[in-house]
Amino acid sequence: MTAARAVCYPYNATKIAQIRVATSWMAEETKHLQVTLETQVESVNLAEEMCLRLAEAAGFGEDECYRIGMSVREGVINAFHYGNKEKPEKKIHLAVDLTPEKMIIHVTDEGAGFILKDVPDPLAEENLLSTSGRGIFLMRAFMDEFDVVKAQTGGAEIVMSKRLPGADGAPSNGHGSGGHDAAPRQGA
Amino acid sequence: MALHLTPRDSGAITVVDASGRITLGDGSANLRKTIRQLVEEAHTNILLNLADVDYIDSSGIGELVSAYTAVRSKGGELKLLHLTKKVHDLLQITKLFTVFEVFSDEPAAVRSFQVT
Repeated sequence: MTAARAVCYPYNATKIAQIRVATSWMAEETKHLQVTLETQVESVNLAEEMCLRLAEAAGFGEDECYRIGMSVREGVINAFHYGNKEKPEKKIHLAVDLTPEKMIIHVTDEGAGFILKDVPDPLAEENLLSTSGRGIFLMRAFMDEFDVVKAQTGGAEIVMSKRLPGADGAPSNGHGSGGHDAAPRQGA
Repeated sequence: MALHLTPRDSGAITVVDASGRITLGDGSANLRKTIRQLVEEAHTNILLNLADVDYIDSSGIGELVSAYTAVRSKGGELKLLHLTKKVHDLLQITKLFTVFEVFSDEPAAVRSFQVT
């Protein structure tokens, strides 16, 4: 596997261009992109935009690109707000692995970490009018696989994946198992 | 794409035409500011027209819920009009269809408000 590393901070066109070059150098079988983002709102849009381009290039259809983009967005929002507590000295680490079977996305923060099963269920009656707490739910609903592990930084590492169109087990209609009507696999 | 909000009167109801994305940052903040201002001006029967909103993230969903509770706490109502497919599906999987009244016809939506 050939790893291409692009460090991007803050969000600007020059740095995005560097990332494009880095991705074009990737090896054929498994491609890897790693970006360090500032803890700022603009990083959410940047991460979403980068992963959307990768997903489109990988052959995902419009609906799946939307779900991947939304999931990356929610992962980075989670790192920005809950993990790094919006502290500018902390970083958000985004990594994407594109294998022949799936697109795997890692979003890592430098916070204290959290236990997935402790996250309240936003569909519970008492939480329906909550103004927050739906990000994890959306990532679980929109991606094929989702987990949160303890990162080397000590923070939380969100790991989620989507099977590539045409890969074994991937639906032929371009809709993943986490479609609009899908409930997350575990009660969030 | 920035969120643009344009309030207009339809009888005793305020219709707010929204265009753009309701997401973390300016989009959510703009919605919060507009609803807060309407409530302060005693416009508490609000129909939010989302025909030109095709993207809402969890922050935007939170802001919609916040607007709903803010208006209800003043005795008013916040209803939604003309959802795009993505927004419709998002409200469905988050069960917020059980919270918001949603319409696809503006005159019917306006008539549904209990205005005295």
